[in-house]
Amino acid sequence: MHLPEKSPRPSIYYQYQVFDPWLASQHGTQSRHVVTIVGAGPAGLVAALELARFGVRSVVLNSELQVSQGSRAIVFTRRSMEILQQVGVADRILENGLPWRFGNSYYRGQRVFRMEAPHDEDDRYPPMTNIQQQYLEEYLLQACNANPHIEVRWGNKVIGVEQHAQYATVQVDTPEGPYTLETQWLIAADGGRSDIRSAMGLKLEGASYEGFFVIADIKIDLPYPTERLAFFDPEWNRGNTILMHREPHGIWRIDYQLPPGETPEQALQPASLKERINAQLAMIGHAGVPWEMDWSSVYSARTLTLPDYQHGRTLFVGDAAHLLPIFGVRGANTAFQDAQSLGWHLAMVCKGITTDKFLQNFSTERVTAAREIITESGKSTRFMAPPSRGFRLLRDAVLSLSLTQAFVRPLYHWRTSRPHEYKHSVLNSREDDNAFFETGPSHGAPPQNVRLNDGNFLLDHLGGGFDLLYFVDDASHSLKNTHASGSTPLTSIPSELQSVIGAFKSKGLPIQVIAIGTSKPVEGADLHLDDRLGRVKSRYGVTKSGGAYLLRPDQHICARWQELDATRLHSTLQAVLDQ
Amino acid sequence: MVKPELNIAALENVYDSLASAIDQAGPDKAEIFLVKLALLNANALADDALFANHVQTALQDL
Repeated sequence: MHLPEKSPRPSIYYQYQVFDPWLASQHGTQSRHVVTIVGAGPAGLVAALELARFGVRSVVLNSELQVSQGSRAIVFTRRSMEILQQVGVADRILENGLPWRFGNSYYRGQRVFRMEAPHDEDDRYPPMTNIQQQYLEEYLLQACNANPHIEVRWGNKVIGVEQHAQYATVQVDTPEGPYTLETQWLIAADGGRSDIRSAMGLKLEGASYEGFFVIADIKIDLPYPTERLAFFDPEWNRGNTILMHREPHGIWRIDYQLPPGETPEQALQPASLKERINAQLAMIGHAGVPWEMDWSSVYSARTLTLPDYQHGRTLFVGDAAHLLPIFGVRGANTAFQDAQSLGWHLAMVCKGITTDKFLQNFSTERVTAAREIITESGKSTRFMAPPSRGFRLLRDAVLSLSLTQAFVRPLYHWRTSRPHEYKHSVLNSREDDNAFFETGPSHGAPPQNVRLNDGNFLLDHLGGGFDLLYFVDDASHSLKNTHASGSTPLTSIPSELQSVIGAFKSKGLPIQVIAIGTSKPVEGADLHLDDRLGRVKSRYGVTKSGGAYLLRPDQHICARWQELDATRLHSTLQAVLDQ
Repeated sequence: MVKPELNIAALENVYDSLASAIDQAGPDKAEIFLVKLALLNANALADDALFANHVQTALQDL
């Protein structure tokens, strides 16, 4: 019998709500589910919301009765916010989170590097937003509860999975004992210690770094803006690194490396935590400022991934699929991208638009992304926590040189999480003009947001399927250009294109046509966007009317044409369905 | 193009100044001193492939 904790978790700033467990005895006989998601963390909940956008039902099993213990993931990237916008929670995070864009690295009391994350007026979201994971999960859960396609079951712990050719049988333990459910697809979003991964005997590949880090959240009043602070080789913790981040509600995250040989149990002793936190506060000139401990935990740096995220009817996302170093905020931020990718790939399969084989593309693309992240974050990890004598010497030499030599300072850069570009995806069109564009997002790249006018951005209008951005000239404010370029203002999408789109829509493919560059409705377009300043056109490198971009449901670029024709649109869309 | 090399007098200067600097750094700091120096030289060299050759050459006959 599974008996999850029924009393609210302790927290200075977060009021935990304890939910009633879902009990099989209180519900009738269940038919086979389409999708069952194990884990109600960021990966599982975003996967459920993404599937729901395509009308695919899912059941989310959460072994606990309340959200995450402690703040855990606290930094969310711009791309994560764009993904969270699609599932309807980005505004709440923006409202309650702390935006930031600067990182500072200190050595011997001197700021030796200042990172500036770019932010331009075409971005709706800041480069980074800090908020505790409990809030993120709360907002995602509220979105799930409001969605008729999603059923969240609290207090349901998976204890066994048996896979069959067309479905999986899942043993679920609850406070009244176990029950069994059947599901066509099972999503393992059950975190870094994934029981499903272990039970299947799947091995992660890659490297684990020695040494542990403590994360401690304290409530304290410190006069610093929301910026990342990194202290290298401080006097109180020689050779090691300390990180600090501001969180909402006057909470600061202090993150420090342990001396070799110290166990996590020793490090989490209250006296040990207190001594080290006080030493850090003293070093930055705030000795004696009162503080209160909220939560602490220990982690180690690992760069590990499963080599395949699909195993029969089971699909892995987030930490269940890979373990990535905390440096560079790659945990939850990678999990969102996994969940978004799985959501649309699986929806295409569940709706019968493509065959089961399509899921291999999810796995290939996301494993490739994880391997890229591992390569990048391995560099940061080797700098933050040198794994050998040689790496330590080089790191220390760089620290020393950085006081006077600018050329080594970029080595402090954290290579913060960024979305993977699916450059080699099989979904990238072979029938387009990708190579002829001088600018704009290319094959497999995430989209470029563009500010249309106050509070109105291009990405606000995407979503729910493939998006065909079709560029038109508007007679009302580009009269002088129309004659020069020889094109005629469009009042309708060319009929040959409309019939191709209609044909794919009738096969069930979700596709939206957005006419860009006009204030008037365009026949055959689901939506029209005014591009009065020509910003979308210029940022996408489109030179004439009739140019087009095809975005996948995860908004990454599938194809782009200087001038779209029906034949090439047909072969591009058909190639997606043929995968 | 003839590869630029140090003439004997210059090489002797490098020899003496490097030896003295290692002594000055002391046994505890000689190693990090040499790594700093290698990084400065690598940056001046502006050629990571050539640097990799030097690494291989220096690893020989230790």
